[in-house]
Amino acid sequence: MSFESAMARLGGTSLSVGSIEACSIAKGETLADTVRVVSGYADAIVIRHPKEGAARLAAEFATVPVINAGDGAGQHPSQTLLDLYTIRQSMAIDKIDVALIGDLRYGRTAHSLASALSLYNARLHTLSPKGLELPVTLAAELCDKGMDIVEHDNINEIIRDVDVLYVTRIQRERFPDSASYFNVASNYRITPELLCGARSHLIILHPLPRIDEIDPRVDELPYARYFEQSRNGVPVRMAMLMEVMQ
Amino acid sequence: MKNSDAAENEGLLVRRIKNGTVIDHIDGGEALNVVKILGITGTTHEALSIATNVPSRNMGCKDIVKLTNRELSKEEVDRIALISPRATINIIRNYKVCEKKGVEIPKIIEGLVKCPNPGCISNTNEPIRSKFEVLPKGLHCHYCDWVITRDLTSHII
Ligand SMILES: [Zn+2]
Repeated sequence: MSFESAMARLGGTSLSVGSIEACSIAKGETLADTVRVVSGYADAIVIRHPKEGAARLAAEFATVPVINAGDGAGQHPSQTLLDLYTIRQSMAIDKIDVALIGDLRYGRTAHSLASALSLYNARLHTLSPKGLELPVTLAAELCDKGMDIVEHDNINEIIRDVDVLYVTRIQRERFPDSASYFNVASNYRITPELLCGARSHLIILHPLPRIDEIDPRVDELPYARYFEQSRNGVPVRMAMLMEVMQ
Repeated sequence: MKNSDAAENEGLLVRRIKNGTVIDHIDGGEALNVVKILGITGTTHEALSIATNVPSRNMGCKDIVKLTNRELSKEEVDRIALISPRATINIIRNYKVCEKKGVEIPKIIEGLVKCPNPGCISNTNEPIRSKFEVLPKGLHCHYCDWVITRDLTSHII
């Protein structure tokens, strides 16, 4: 976990509670109890949990700061900070066109990034398989904040019009059979050919790990920024830990 | 003429109570939901009278709920506002109206509504009550950000 690397570089140590399912829930302990106990062992808690709202609950019971490192299909704000940082390295964030591609329903990185971008007057372009669109309540909230959201149904019509291409994983489990998964996955695959005519300053991001979403040949192109993005995770997480523990 | 008709109907439908609470001016047809919100089930020991679609001067038609030997708390009263914001509450002691209060929509409601999101942490065995913020667009789950926009009563625990 990149938070462990970040903590080590700050000169601290980290304790891993391991997978919550494997550890506490199997033993029947509530998250509230786990968090109260761990508060006595650590100066901050970083939590990734399969249920939505878990981090908020943890923060209510913890006596030390809590960082949400992903809650179910909810939010992933720490990823968003490093996404924004990576975008900021290439361009000013205001009023840019950002495409979110892939599983936008369960993709918490996409939810958090979309929410953050609504603060920058960015325009959102979305492309997702049927049934995996942005949650209706989130889309409504973004529109309330004045965000312009354009839904697309073809990847070709997006490429030329955006500054950032944010690609997320499409999980096989979301489909009834492998045939329908491969059919969708191949329609969403980013290839060098597809990128012909892209804006010269386009950057491609992906929260990694990727499976087939991005052709490895794209790695060589100047657009590819996902490994840089991943590396940025360490300093950004160091900054977050410092911020909450000071 | 109309008014005395209404009063007469009301008198026939529901008798005066000695002690308890009368919830008046409930939106027509919402009385059963009000009863549900108050957690009154078939096994309740309190005498309960419900009148629905009673002609009303101001509202066209209204519902009335009379509850014997129970005085509602402020929290209970305000929950009623979620489905019937015009309702009025009369606390009755010895056949007299001792207190009359309007309902006020609460900012936060706890433990009343179940979050419809199956993945929400509030639907697990954690030691918490569900918690919703009351917003113009609906009820917003404090934990998972889900928003209940309609059919509120079907989510009551
Ligand atoms: Zn919820």
